[in-house]
Amino acid sequence: MNALVLRYNNIAITLHWLMAMLIFVAFPLGVYMHELPLSPTKLQLYSYHKWLGITVLMLAMLRVFWRAKNPPPPLPYDTPNWEKAVSHVTHLALYFLLLAVPLSGWLMSSAKGFQTVWFGVLPLPDLVGKDKDLGHLLGLVHQGLNLVLLGLVAMHIAAVIKHKFIDHDQILERMLPKGKI
Amino acid sequence: MKLNIINMLCILIALSSGQISALEFKQVQAGESAVSFGYQQMGVAMEGKFNKFAAQVTFDPAKLVNAQARIDIDLASIDAGSAEANDEVAGKLWFNAKNYPTASFVSSSVKALGGNRYEVSGKLSIKGTTRDVIAPVTFQLAGNRGVFDGTFAIKRLDYKIGEGAWADLGTVANEIQIKFHVVVNAVPTKK
Repeated sequence: MNALVLRYNNIAITLHWLMAMLIFVAFPLGVYMHELPLSPTKLQLYSYHKWLGITVLMLAMLRVFWRAKNPPPPLPYDTPNWEKAVSHVTHLALYFLLLAVPLSGWLMSSAKGFQTVWFGVLPLPDLVGKDKDLGHLLGLVHQGLNLVLLGLVAMHIAAVIKHKFIDHDQILERMLPKGKI
Repeated sequence: MKLNIINMLCILIALSSGQISALEFKQVQAGESAVSFGYQQMGVAMEGKFNKFAAQVTFDPAKLVNAQARIDIDLASIDAGSAEANDEVAGKLWFNAKNYPTASFVSSSVKALGGNRYEVSGKLSIKGTTRDVIAPVTFQLAGNRGVFDGTFAIKRLDYKIGEGAWADLGTVANEIQIKFHVVVNAVPTKK
């Protein structure tokens, strides 16, 4: 029953959990701050959200680069083909969104006339000029991509629960820093 | 355009005939002039402008003692980058534009700094507070028109711009750079 399960390497594991933590802060922050009336708090929260997002973008680029050089361990040989296929597509989409969500936020910010200065120190270039209509459009894109991300993360977590509590296998352990494997 | 050329010719003729000693710059071209500002918000450089203002200038480089400038800015005409920000800064905590609709600068003296550089001293009144300010100005002459450009800094809290929670300088910085660009046409003056 228990096939050989291989863990991801430590760098991949670190990047995964770092990004997970940042996204679990940045996402609800984004939803909350959006509805606030204009105040210093709102301006601060927007900045923090943007800093978190750009950090995710950088980590995601690192993650993709690292993954290309260090392919992840293969899934256990007894993983059903449909699970392999779904897992593959979900992960591909997640990687895309890890890059596209912060990128759309960065572009939206520029189009709305607010440059992004990472941690108030490193100014990122405005890749698009100030443009009200484009800003509105990119806002919708940012929101839409986030909804897809929410759905995929829900699937990602549902899969963990399935493997842990229904299949009783060690898929989760592949991504844990220390485990029985 | 035609009028401008006629104007210029009149000035040239007048100059060559020795009737006129100098040109006095006093016809402000509102459409070509601008009052804008810059500030830091969460470490990010922001810019804005005022869409409505009135300027009166009397300037003859040969008679600086008589030089005068006055700019009245309609504070509600602010463009601070977004509709939300415009509403906020016109409000009570910022300009309180309902009670204090206008900000004015009135010059008291103009000093030559050499070349095309001058220094204008005067009083700036915003939201019921009047303070002395000094602004360096350059004056460029192009035909019968003069262009004044200058930048000076004020501290917004000196004028209670941004009260309450907005008095926090970590979010919106205290220093505001004010930039003006005033185009003024010349009229001939008699000796």
